[in-house]
Amino acid sequence: MVNMAAASIQISETPLVLYVLRRADDALILGHRLSEWCGHAPMLEEDMALANMGLDLLGQARELYGYAAKVEANGNDEDKFAYLRDVGQYRNLLLVEQPNGDFARTMVRQFFYAAFADLYWRAMMRSSDATLAAIAAKSEKESAYHLRHSAEWIVRLGDGTEESHARAQTAIDDLWAYTGEMFWLDDRERALVDAGIAIDDASLRAPWLKTITNVVSEATLTLPTNNWMQQGGRSGRHSEHLGHLLSELQSMQRTFPGATW
Amino acid sequence: MYTQALNTSDAEDRHVEDAARAGLFQARIDAEERIEPNDWMPAAYRKTLTRQISQHAHSEIVGMLPEGNWITRAPSLRRKAALLAKVQDECGHGLYLYAAAETLGTSREELVDMMLAGKAKYSSIFNYPTQTWADIGAIGWLVDGAAIMNQIPLCRCSYGPYARAMIRVCKEESFHQRQGFEIMLTLSRGGKEQKSMAQDALDRWWWPVLMMFGPPDKASQHGDTSTKWKIKRFSNDELRQKFVDATVPQAQYLGLTIPDPDMTRDEAGHWVYSPIDWEEFNQVLAGNGPCNRNRLGARRKAHDEGAWVREAAAAYAAKRSHRDVAQAAE
Amino acid sequence: MATPNVPLWEVFIRSRNGLAHKHVGSLHAADARLALQAARDIYTRRGEGLSIWVVPSSAITASDPAEKGMMFEPAESKIYRHPTFYDVPDEVGHM
Repeated sequence: MVNMAAASIQISETPLVLYVLRRADDALILGHRLSEWCGHAPMLEEDMALANMGLDLLGQARELYGYAAKVEANGNDEDKFAYLRDVGQYRNLLLVEQPNGDFARTMVRQFFYAAFADLYWRAMMRSSDATLAAIAAKSEKESAYHLRHSAEWIVRLGDGTEESHARAQTAIDDLWAYTGEMFWLDDRERALVDAGIAIDDASLRAPWLKTITNVVSEATLTLPTNNWMQQGGRSGRHSEHLGHLLSELQSMQRTFPGATW
Repeated sequence: MYTQALNTSDAEDRHVEDAARAGLFQARIDAEERIEPNDWMPAAYRKTLTRQISQHAHSEIVGMLPEGNWITRAPSLRRKAALLAKVQDECGHGLYLYAAAETLGTSREELVDMMLAGKAKYSSIFNYPTQTWADIGAIGWLVDGAAIMNQIPLCRCSYGPYARAMIRVCKEESFHQRQGFEIMLTLSRGGKEQKSMAQDALDRWWWPVLMMFGPPDKASQHGDTSTKWKIKRFSNDELRQKFVDATVPQAQYLGLTIPDPDMTRDEAGHWVYSPIDWEEFNQVLAGNGPCNRNRLGARRKAHDEGAWVREAAAAYAAKRSHRDVAQAAE
Repeated sequence: MATPNVPLWEVFIRSRNGLAHKHVGSLHAADARLALQAARDIYTRRGEGLSIWVVPSSAITASDPAEKGMMFEPAESKIYRHPTFYDVPDEVGHM
């Protein structure tokens, strides 16, 4: 029998489906990145921590995909969303698809995202959409811990040795341009905000910056002055890294169409 | 638990201990009392246990690598979460075991350095590659199944911290073998390619898994003291037979064939397996398995590349305590 | 070069069943906060705990097993400290 690679799915991208997929993709891709550390972390205690955060994010992704499937009602499910969409169909932030790099880069990426996610999920607990509000209540506690853990490391790396300081500063400088996208929303999201389903991500920027500034300054690090921000992930325009991640993530499902695992 | 194969003799450093204390010690063991870290113990008992527990810990940590190889490619999100949780558990088990080993007086850092230097062993099973997804099923079903056979008696080991760590490990591992079997079951009920993937994995893992229990009893001279000290409660062959008898019906249920066409059943109902190729076992133990260099290389890389992180944490802690002292002085 | 030792901490968890903190094992961490987080990640993955203590291992003072007789045997003869030492007639009921 000759297999054809499994084809990508079609999605009826209503504003709510798109909105939920964007958040699900953030969680899946970041969780996947963290899972890449498993067995290779700088200390065994941190292997445990990175896997725990990865599992939290994977859990969030699964709940969100499940909800997107329900809203879309088009025969898709969590695995079809994860395994049978192309790079251009993925809607995650550019930040979360950035490679792990060294431990400083992974922690800065986690810190930037968790500081946002913590605020985001806390605000989403008031969503008029009961499912999203329930997912938010669970995710908020997880994100709060991710923020705590990553912030502790930012301080230790920044105020540790000369080498760790330099690595942490480089990571901040390199990843900074991907932070603006977190606070960006398009017209379709604006309509959900007006309906009380979504929250206005732009309103999270000031409190996010306050958290970041406090921790970064305690860590004796500095934030870049260049405020030009990259964006595109939310509309399917990605960095070169996502394709490699997906070809690995999706290899089994693409190779054996329709199989159950 | 992957220690059964690693027991070796301590005859070379068994020196004359205070005979009265040794007698009391053995009486406590015979009375099924637990030995605790601060209790007097023969130097050879300490050394045997330090080696066994640390090798067990190394096995858990190196054991993360073959399964970790599939975390990023797990074929469904449910499988991915289960696999990540399982590999993380193995790390946790390594940590419980290092903690138990350290109560005997050697630091984890020193034990790990010995492993990284190639001076301490870990289970040879992890020197085999995971080339398909079915290997993840086979490892859970067979390797963890064999491990559980070995680990349950260790919950009654005479050394308290080891026994307690094993109780925790056994409790947590109950899901590991089940997730492996479930993967195999799904594959064997799946399409033709999936079924042959499952059979291929069984073909490759069967014999190495039987080797996990260690050399045959008649070839092993070292069991005596470990048995006397109630570290080891069953012989290698006893445990191996128990495993084979439990596994054959499971393979039949899966519709898979054990790669031992000459296997027969004796009058007592035990499955009699063909002779094991101990030359292969000895070669893997000597460093010539398919993945020995990769596994050690991966652990060394993680350790070396993590050095600056550990240094940063230590430097920060030192600065903090200086600052606290300075503040207190103000 | 030998890997430098990272401080050792003993971990105590108070479980959900309302019992006191119980020793569960140890871990390595550079400072108390990292120790607390590591304890959470290592020892409470299955919802075991509601509270964690971490204590530097070096801060623990232990009794000497060689003094076991002197330390603990005197208590063994004080049987009058136990309720079964006293006879209460059955008709009185549970006491």
